Amino acid sequence: MTLQGYLRPDGRKGIRNIVAVAYLVECAHHVGRQIISAFDGQEVHLIGFPGCFPNAYAQRMMERLCTHPNIGAVLLLSLGCESFNKYSLSKVIEESGRPVKTLTIQNDGGTRSTIAAGRAWVDEQLEKLALDERVPMDISELIVGTVCGGSDGTSGITGNPAAGRAFDALVAAGATCIFEETGELIGCEEIMADRAVTPELADELRASVAKAARYYATLGYGSFAPGNADGGLTTIEEKSMGAYAKSGASPISGLIKPGDIPPRGGLYLMDVVPDGEVRFGFPNISDNAEIVEMIASGCHMVFFVTGRGSVSGSAISPVIKICANPDTFRRLEEDMDVDAGRILEGRASLDEVGQEIVTLLRDVVGGKPTKSESLGHQEFILTYKSFEPIGPACLPA
Amino acid sequence: MGSGVPLSHADDPRLLLLAEKDNVLVCREDIAGGERIYVGGREITLARTIPRGHKIARRDIAQGDKVYKYGAPIGSAVAPITPGDHVHVHNVKSDYTPSHFFDIQEVAKK
Repeated sequence: MTLQGYLRPDGRKGIRNIVAVAYLVECAHHVGRQIISAFDGQEVHLIGFPGCFPNAYAQRMMERLCTHPNIGAVLLLSLGCESFNKYSLSKVIEESGRPVKTLTIQNDGGTRSTIAAGRAWVDEQLEKLALDERVPMDISELIVGTVCGGSDGTSGITGNPAAGRAFDALVAAGATCIFEETGELIGCEEIMADRAVTPELADELRASVAKAARYYATLGYGSFAPGNADGGLTTIEEKSMGAYAKSGASPISGLIKPGDIPPRGGLYLMDVVPDGEVRFGFPNISDNAEIVEMIASGCHMVFFVTGRGSVSGSAISPVIKICANPDTFRRLEEDMDVDAGRILEGRASLDEVGQEIVTLLRDVVGGKPTKSESLGHQEFILTYKSFEPIGPACLPA
Repeated sequence: MGSGVPLSHADDPRLLLLAEKDNVLVCREDIAGGERIYVGGREITLARTIPRGHKIARRDIAQGDKVYKYGAPIGSAVAPITPGDHVHVHNVKSDYTPSHFFDIQEVAKK
């Protein structure tokens, strides 16, 4: 499968050519929103970190996001007194070969002046990026993630296994695929460990789910929302079995944490549950937190399987929404890219829907906007977390 | 039916058996309360409407027994369950962390 992408100086290729506007503390968020509002419908996306206290995870995530292959230029927005290390972030972006500019509201004349300066800079970058030509891109250069959200009793029967079929086809073709999330794999640890390429990785997979189970037990809640119960799901392990189906049937090549970029093609599990004692609250406060983490690990695109009907998209990477429930699809067709509920009604097979997802992926790589992109969805959320580096058994030799 | 999942002839075609080991069936569409349907080769009367995606018991499940779906345990029965019963948060609990829902009576009624 030959695709096309924008070649970056680090050798990676992007499927979009976006100017990122990044606020480095909540106090700079409004200025950022005003800057991007002048570019409605263009490839200018707002991302950022709201906290004023330093956090190594947030710093690393912002570095990864600002140097993501779908990003062509970055405007950093600082208030001036926050803790975020804008100097080091700017240096990382500059070293990646991307244009970067930092505006500091306290030094640059306040709200109006900073908005005007920001818009002028973004305008210039868009003009330059418009000249970029796409180059051939191999499927082995593509990273795809999958999440599920707003799950119901249909998710694990139609949408998730169909996404799994698509993953199987992509992995077989040499792509890198990432699934998550360990808190929603509770109860699946043994069958999942059986798919690990090495016994050491199997131990790491089991340990990551055990960590999630401990973490959620301390918090007192599983990754289970009231809508899941309305939709017929009874327990976290039932939800897990359905969620697990989106990993497909390929061998599992590795275990990564947010911001780790898989070294080569294959199927990887992303562990999004923080290490150490329980701090900073829930590990996945909403679906977009996981989507942002997958994008930080290099995902060019994310499959989002929903039963109840999420309408979310994302900043930076297109989201393909796979609707598991045929009733939901009929209600929310304008938001859904794939009608996997046809499987439940006997109007399509899992393989057919899996193939449809792969075909759509090829079109979206080629520039076709997904439903959420067309509707202007650019959700983004990044909060405090902490992780230890992954162990040597987590990546393929 | 091209979903690739096995369908048991002993069950109403609106019910989906995901794995032979399962003691629950998934409703492919809403099935109205009061309807007489086949479950596990026996004809039963549904006590209440079961919405699409929800589960009913395929066979007797004793209190404390594991509930199986996808061939895997998804929790334990907290009350005796008979074939055709709605299997949900009112009679099953997680063996890991409790499920979060608004009102057990409301969820059970749906």
